[in-house]
Amino acid sequence: MRVRRLAAWTALPLAVTLGLVACGSGGGSGSGESDPNAAVRIEIAEPQHLVPTNTNETSGSQVLSALFSPLVDYDEANKPHEVAAESITSEDNTTWTIKLKDGYTFHNGEKVTAENYVDAWNYGAYAPNGQNSSYFFEKIAGYDDLQGEKPSANTLSGLKKVDDLTFTVTLSEPYSEFKAMLGYTAFYPLPKAAFSAPGVLAEGYEQAPIGQGPFKMKGTWQHDAKVEVEKYDAFPGEQPKVAGVEFRIYQQLTAAYADVLSDNLDVIKTIPTENLSTAATDLGDRFQQSPASTLQVLAFPTFQKEFSNPDVRKAISMAIDREEITRSIFKDSQQPARSFVSPVVAGYRENTIGAAGEFDPAKAKALYQAAGGPSKITLSYNGDGGHKDWIDATCNQLKANLGVDCVGNAEPKFADLLTKVKAKQPVGLFRMGWVMDYPSMENYLGPLYSSNGSSNYYGYSNPEFDKLLAEGASAASEDEAIKKYQAAEDLLAEDLPVIPLRYGQNNFGHSTKVKNVEVDLFDRVNLLKIEAVK
Amino acid sequence: MFRFIVRRLLQMVVAFFGTTLIVYALMFAGQGDPIQALAGERPVTAAQRAYLTEKYHLDATGIGGFFYRYFDYISNLLRGNLGESLTGRSIGDILADAWPVTIKLALIAIAVAVIFGVTAGVLAGIRRASIFDNATLLLTLLVLGIPTIVLAPLAQYFLGVKWQLFPPTSGANPDFYALLLPGIVLGSLSLATALRLTRTSVAENLRADYVRTARSKGLPRRRVISVHVLRNSLIPVITFLGVEVGNLMSGAIITEGVFNIPGVGFNLFRGIRTEDGPLVVGIVSVLVVVYLVSNLVVDILYAVLDPRIRYE
Repeated sequence: MRVRRLAAWTALPLAVTLGLVACGSGGGSGSGESDPNAAVRIEIAEPQHLVPTNTNETSGSQVLSALFSPLVDYDEANKPHEVAAESITSEDNTTWTIKLKDGYTFHNGEKVTAENYVDAWNYGAYAPNGQNSSYFFEKIAGYDDLQGEKPSANTLSGLKKVDDLTFTVTLSEPYSEFKAMLGYTAFYPLPKAAFSAPGVLAEGYEQAPIGQGPFKMKGTWQHDAKVEVEKYDAFPGEQPKVAGVEFRIYQQLTAAYADVLSDNLDVIKTIPTENLSTAATDLGDRFQQSPASTLQVLAFPTFQKEFSNPDVRKAISMAIDREEITRSIFKDSQQPARSFVSPVVAGYRENTIGAAGEFDPAKAKALYQAAGGPSKITLSYNGDGGHKDWIDATCNQLKANLGVDCVGNAEPKFADLLTKVKAKQPVGLFRMGWVMDYPSMENYLGPLYSSNGSSNYYGYSNPEFDKLLAEGASAASEDEAIKKYQAAEDLLAEDLPVIPLRYGQNNFGHSTKVKNVEVDLFDRVNLLKIEAVK
Repeated sequence: MFRFIVRRLLQMVVAFFGTTLIVYALMFAGQGDPIQALAGERPVTAAQRAYLTEKYHLDATGIGGFFYRYFDYISNLLRGNLGESLTGRSIGDILADAWPVTIKLALIAIAVAVIFGVTAGVLAGIRRASIFDNATLLLTLLVLGIPTIVLAPLAQYFLGVKWQLFPPTSGANPDFYALLLPGIVLGSLSLATALRLTRTSVAENLRADYVRTARSKGLPRRRVISVHVLRNSLIPVITFLGVEVGNLMSGAIITEGVFNIPGVGFNLFRGIRTEDGPLVVGIVSVLVVVYLVSNLVVDILYAVLDPRIRYE
């Protein structure tokens, strides 16, 4: 199911980066006095959908983050804390009790109740509704009954309303980090007004979504132009510091960049590649960077004989100068990676691959020859994602440092590449990218490296690794879970089924008219923090 | 004349089917899994798969199935139903939103080309080999040599960002002033071509026998140029501008993208970028009709402008 996440990254490498807040205050130009009556203008692309369970790209999710308030948000250590929820508790990691805070109302005046969550999640999980984010509910008991052409049920058996402000979620198997999932867009509630009949979304809801968040819609969604929201006065949570937000729709980032330069737009979430080298001069301290959740790796088809020896894989890793490539090809818009999880999740440790991450051509060559690595290496990638430059650079390094022949092989699309890999055709090493679904180490390990992981394309299978992941999922506390996951990551470091290469980074900028600009874990501007300058 | 128009209309029908068939085939037939192609790179659930199979008649396979689907699409198209984009918006609505701004932009571009291009062309033609003539030659060569993809961002950077003479982007519901810069950029290529065409045509006609006759009859120079020379010289220019209008109506992918104008080209580009097959095919089908009609109008204009040009 998560193939899309990989694919999205490949198609629009700069548009989908998710990111972590830059801790502390944002804008350097934050000297001006804050103006609570002003609106700010933020760049987005045309959202695909504005229904929580159908929104899985960053533009739609940015708009929804204004209209809805999540159950949990993440603190500076990337751990979840309650926002719209009063408490989220479980004794066995299987049955979770979610208590809602009192006082929340939808923008049409409806009181937010447990039923609103249950209805919205049932709608999202029901396969015939074709919701893009429905797989977020797959851990909930009864999900399978809602799948297929004619599902046998239309509500999740794992969702039970207890009273107006309490409901329970039963998972099909224990999962210690369920709470961390709940900060995602898919888990917002829907008002009664969103449905024209039970389980049927009202026509036109998407054009002016009604949420329970700090902002409400001002008018309707003006396609290809803008979505405007204004402060919702009855919002009981943390108040935003601006009167409204105009999400302005751009087709090309370069246009948005020109607007930021001339103060016609306040925030651009991704500086276009062609402007990266000049952004620091153009914007000064209004150009900012923060770590993002994406991880770029080179994967080995471990089922192929020539790559089955871990020493071969280690040697190749040691022959790559990551710093050189991030500097010369990516102009420091990405960071060298030496771990299997991104720095944006709790439990991240630097340099878990150890010696395999040290650039050492002499050692690499000796190890490579001793292990009998192949004399010709192919690096496969998708030709539509702007990967040619770094693949070629990596190839040149391998040629020079290992004395092997190396060629890059472009497949038209990432899906074509995956089809070949799945059919076990000899494509050589291939590139992969990963964008997390929710901030958890498990999300970086389970789908990618467990024996039956949905995106395990390299044929990696390690029973001990699988066991550690299962123990992590049923661990009594988050901290214990993290310990198990870290032990699992250490196993990966020994086997090295993929070589971590680079972490993504948010490269954003803002105009002189705003301050305290922060971009959060899901590549959204933090709308509660941003301030307009008088 | 009537027979000519009828014959052209019949040709248009053939051209319409030919081009839409090619576009449809390129977008959908070459893909291994047409359902996956329809859904882009998103995962397709079993339920979506069944829904799309039914909606697009994918149960019929092979060449026969392809033509079945194509004719189904065309019959919807002829009834004015352009279908829905993958995000569920009606393509008819998208085009209705996009066209007004594209047409405004095209009109500005054409006006720029006519006002500056034709005037300067006439002057250059009259004062052949003067400094003005040589200067315009150099300038137009420069403009023709710079692709829009370079010209548009440069104009935006210098005139919009650096010197702040124009708004750097137009955005939704732009006013005339906001569209002026993109209009000039878009029109500059037509301007240069129109200028060269007018200049050559005027210079040539000035040496024609009928001009010498008019002069020897003692007509004032102004009258010779404005009545005799100009009318004859504008025929190729108007033909060119007619075709250009058709071109501009189909939207300018680059210019609309650079200046963030939500017109037809902007939507077409989005369709291509997000692999929205139905959106691309829908827009292109309509553009085919626009091109065919504008070409027909140009052909008819030939006859209207120059009575010597007769169709049979």
